Amino acid sequence: MTTQHETAHRPIGVPQAAWLVAEREITTKLRSKAFVISTAVLLLFVLGSVLFGGIVSQSGGFGSTPTVAAVGSVASSLDGSGYEVTTVEDRAAAEKLVLDGEVDAAVVPGGDTPVDLTVLAKDEAPMGLVQGLSASPTVELLAPTTENPFLAYIIAIAFGVVFMMSAITFGSTIAQSVVEEKQTRIVEILLATVSARTILAGKILGNSLLALGQVVAIAALSSVGMLITGQDLLLGELGTALIWFAILFALGFVLLAALYASLAALVSRQEDVPSATSPVMWLVMIPYIAIIVFNSNPQVLALMSYIPFSAPVGMPMRLYLGTAAWWEPVLSAVVLLASIAVVWWLGARIYSASVLRTGARVKIKEAMASAE
Amino acid sequence: MIEVNGVTRQFGDRLVLDDVTFEVAGGRMTGFVGGNGAGKTTTMRIILGVLAANGGTVTLDGRPITSADRARFGYMPEERGLYPKMKVAEQLTYLGRLHGLSTAAARAEVDALLERLGLSERANDTLESLSLGNQQRAQIAAALVHRPVALVLDEPFSGLDPMAVEVVLGVLRDYAAQGAPVLFSSHQLDIVERLCDDIVVIGGGRILAAGSRERLRAEHSGLEFEIELAGATADAGWVRDQPGVTLTHLDGGFARFEAESDEAAQAVLARAVAGGAAGSSPMHVQRFGRLTPTLAQIFKEVVQ
Repeated sequence: MTTQHETAHRPIGVPQAAWLVAEREITTKLRSKAFVISTAVLLLFVLGSVLFGGIVSQSGGFGSTPTVAAVGSVASSLDGSGYEVTTVEDRAAAEKLVLDGEVDAAVVPGGDTPVDLTVLAKDEAPMGLVQGLSASPTVELLAPTTENPFLAYIIAIAFGVVFMMSAITFGSTIAQSVVEEKQTRIVEILLATVSARTILAGKILGNSLLALGQVVAIAALSSVGMLITGQDLLLGELGTALIWFAILFALGFVLLAALYASLAALVSRQEDVPSATSPVMWLVMIPYIAIIVFNSNPQVLALMSYIPFSAPVGMPMRLYLGTAAWWEPVLSAVVLLASIAVVWWLGARIYSASVLRTGARVKIKEAMASAE
Repeated sequence: MIEVNGVTRQFGDRLVLDDVTFEVAGGRMTGFVGGNGAGKTTTMRIILGVLAANGGTVTLDGRPITSADRARFGYMPEERGLYPKMKVAEQLTYLGRLHGLSTAAARAEVDALLERLGLSERANDTLESLSLGNQQRAQIAAALVHRPVALVLDEPFSGLDPMAVEVVLGVLRDYAAQGAPVLFSSHQLDIVERLCDDIVVIGGGRILAAGSRERLRAEHSGLEFEIELAGATADAGWVRDQPGVTLTHLDGGFARFEAESDEAAQAVLARAVAGGAAGSSPMHVQRFGRLTPTLAQIFKEVVQ
């Protein structure tokens, strides 16, 4: 009775088996309506933010180029300041154009201030125009940076949020998937065919690909958004940082996924997943909080860019700020790879030892001791 | 043939399997019986490699069993479970591919299997939307989807509706008829007795009895016999007077008795046959035989 179905069977190799597991993780997730909708909303939000930011920073306001009516001699002083200037005869003609809505504002000579100009507007003071015409003191920065600190802050938050959201979304997915298999006991059928390590590897692979896919989609959409709104300069500065963010995120997520999966394997019910995985949750939150607090502190950033959990946020930030040498992200990636090896070794032991033990929560110490 | 040789397993300080040795012959149905916590599930998990043994070996056709062999086994764990939110056909195809079938072969096998189990119409429904009975059928399909060369089923009949029991019985018989070793555990001793060629009894982690059903019955039957005489004046009352015989039950031509030896019992038969032949009264021997214990009785005896 060992020859009958010989042709139907090819013993499956470990990579194929792991890929099958990964494929199931991916298709299951992609078919989840909740996931597809939330991802679409997230991507739209990202694109919207980038476009909004681009339009606001470009025009200093909404709409097209402001139109201004100016009387005689004043008109020449407005040349080249980004306004569409209509020259009029006198103040009365200017007022008429403003009231008719032909122009947004008008500038006429005279007034009580040293500027000796009066700005006419219908019902709202045109702040941009007023600032443009105001006399300001000369400002000299004694220690200038090339980047806009506010923009750096926004970018820091963006890296932090994307990292945290994707890590938590897909970390929880892998944790729930592990417990689902444990709770429904299908894991016993799987284990009779493929090894625990293969299942774990497949789960990590599948969810890492999903997470990376989402991050790449976000990065690509942001880039497109920046190009559409003419923020080529920003994109140029961010380019390397974005690429390294994707690479380090992929590695960092593998690390987190291994932790999520092995911690989830300790419990037997979905209700226990959040408490079992809360240590990893903190590991994910720390870089997010740290980057917001310390985004202008080079020492802390340098440290963060080498700690495996915060490297995906810290290193791209330093690359954007231009404080990291070319080899630094490579070194950071190597540190991450080494950490993955260690966590994989530990995680696979914990997972193998706990995945069949239902009932009470398994203690990590016990799992390590009973690992075979 | 699957052979389990001297397998031991400990959980912490507790010895749950102690020198477990038995075999599951190809082409025969082997019933695995024992109380709760006797070690059935642990033994089956060790055969499937889901759990490692602390000592002893499991061999297939005389050589150590490999994971490639195990991938071709059909296994139904005691605690049932498939993916609740996955479609029936889809998850069975997935399991088939995991066992090494190509996608096309897995799909074809799933179609055929669902047809046989009467689940074709529900193939594209999620598992959780099926009735309990249909979920169990899907579970059986999961054990068979890769056309296994050996079956190890933990309580395959528990919770099945009578129709499903018949379907499963049919499938198990087919597999055994093709020469596959089939091992299944059950609490339903009557089913095991009716179905199994070989029986293994486990208790407290040790094998208490193992062998063919007939041999076990013979080994555990005492010197108790029954004789039934038929005819107009059939009366077995004379058995009482036979030497070396104690009558325990008498009802007209039917008598049950304990004999001191086989000879004493044979003497009863000889007298009954002679009596009929002598023609003094129109009676003949309808039935004579040693009382064989039921599996339930054997089980009770060996477990105590």
